[in-house]
Amino acid sequence: MTLVRVDHVSFGYTANRRILDDVSLDIAAGDTIGLVGESGSGKTTLLRLLLGLTRPDSGSITFDGKPLDPGNGAFMRTFRRQAQVVFQDPYSSLDPRQTIRSIIAEPLRSLKIPGDHAKQVGDALEAVGLERDVGTRFPHQFSGGQRQRIAIARAIVPGPRLLLADEAVSALDLTTRIRIVDLLAGLSKSMSLLFVSHDIGVVAALCRRIVILEKGRVVETGDTASVLANPKHPYTQRLLASVPRLSLNEVSS
Amino acid sequence: MSSATMTAPREQKRHSLILWAGLVLVGLHIAIALLTFVWLPYDPTAMAGGRLEGPSLLHWLGTDRLGRDLLTQMMIGSRIALIVGIGAVAIGAAIGVTLGLLAAFASKWLDDALAATLDILIAFPTLLIAMLVVAASDTANLWSAIIALGIALSAIVARLTRILAKRVLVMDYITAARTSGSSWPKIVAIHILPNIWPTLSVNFALQFGLAVIAEASLSYLGLGAPPPNASWGRVLQEAQGTVYTAPLGAIAPGIALVSLAIGVNLLADGLRDTIDPTRRAR
Repeated sequence: MTLVRVDHVSFGYTANRRILDDVSLDIAAGDTIGLVGESGSGKTTLLRLLLGLTRPDSGSITFDGKPLDPGNGAFMRTFRRQAQVVFQDPYSSLDPRQTIRSIIAEPLRSLKIPGDHAKQVGDALEAVGLERDVGTRFPHQFSGGQRQRIAIARAIVPGPRLLLADEAVSALDLTTRIRIVDLLAGLSKSMSLLFVSHDIGVVAALCRRIVILEKGRVVETGDTASVLANPKHPYTQRLLASVPRLSLNEVSS
Repeated sequence: MSSATMTAPREQKRHSLILWAGLVLVGLHIAIALLTFVWLPYDPTAMAGGRLEGPSLLHWLGTDRLGRDLLTQMMIGSRIALIVGIGAVAIGAAIGVTLGLLAAFASKWLDDALAATLDILIAFPTLLIAMLVVAASDTANLWSAIIALGIALSAIVARLTRILAKRVLVMDYITAARTSGSSWPKIVAIHILPNIWPTLSVNFALQFGLAVIAEASLSYLGLGAPPPNASWGRVLQEAQGTVYTAPLGAIAPGIALVSLAIGVNLLADGLRDTIDPTRRAR
């Protein structure tokens, strides 16, 4: 079943330069998709469109069969509950003046989700591998990896069906990165995951399908294993060629 | 972690010292101002002794050139200074924060227009703008002075608010708040104002000092509160002619002004550091 359908979507901040050019993409329920591309390829813009923060210039996006319309308040309330996001920079994504509890509870409060919020926040903290009782503390008392766990807790607390991760592990050190990827892999069993990254290695480990974006166009898409084993587009080949060199350097140094 | 916990107590001690110094200074002025409503040593408008007497047990700060008790005038001055400072900052903050937030959210051309207007307003000295407003309102009284100073200060507050709000608006936690379903008014109240407040409040304290001094200047020029509202600026003006024979008339308002301005600034610094969670011990 298709959860999200991106249908011939184009977007440009100025008329003559296209950030996204005729992008089509399906996210099936329960799928994990890696969206790969260099900085400036339009990954983050596509994410903003998928979150309903910006409207496409042309084309359409549907969520669960309904058009994603930022102006439709009633639809957006149910949509916000079902689609959540984790950002790259764990230092900018948590309000420094709020307690962890109130940060994680914000979607529950704003989307008026019924139930015992304190318990839901505790459950979310536990689900991301933190203690239930850290809720009274402030973001600056946590490390980058812990902050990213808190950001993930905020994203999963309303029980979304789609989790968008925008370079969510790129700012973390190697060992922390692996732990957060493990956490996301566990979560992807119960929700769809769109994992935006320029790190093809992490995508290979985490995602069943891969979409390669270059200069606002989808240049290659398919099963991660087959795309990586037999890249057809020159850009994908170049992306892949840069990976072994890096791992060789890491081994020799 | 360990080094932070080791330095934290000393840091906190310094913060609370600043807070206490501010509380004592401002508290003293407030206590005196409140006292004036129920008790004054002498009638502020009546001759209470000889002219230009030096300090004595009867007149702690002596008398002015009309024989009025200087301490009485100074006490009333405290009340006026506090009313002017609080009133002007409240007006300046209300107008300034609203305009600044509006500019931060506005489309590019409106933001540019507002920013340019604010820059032009700020280029004029606060006092000059205040004088223009007082002149335009054609009756010089305490309230016209307060409104004038409030309007003059609002440009500075607006520009600062605009810059601070823009800096917060690009943060990921604002986007996260939007994807969490929070409305813009809610985002302003929960995320933007608390994050710009520490810098704003310190600026308000600075503005308070400026307002009190500017009101003294307005009174000195005869544009402030009319008698019997003996503001410090008026006391200073009236003591001007006799500054060599009775210097206390000029020194006392000066000390009062400086102590209040410093007190308010210490209080704001102390409060900011005590409230700020990122400055608390880990």
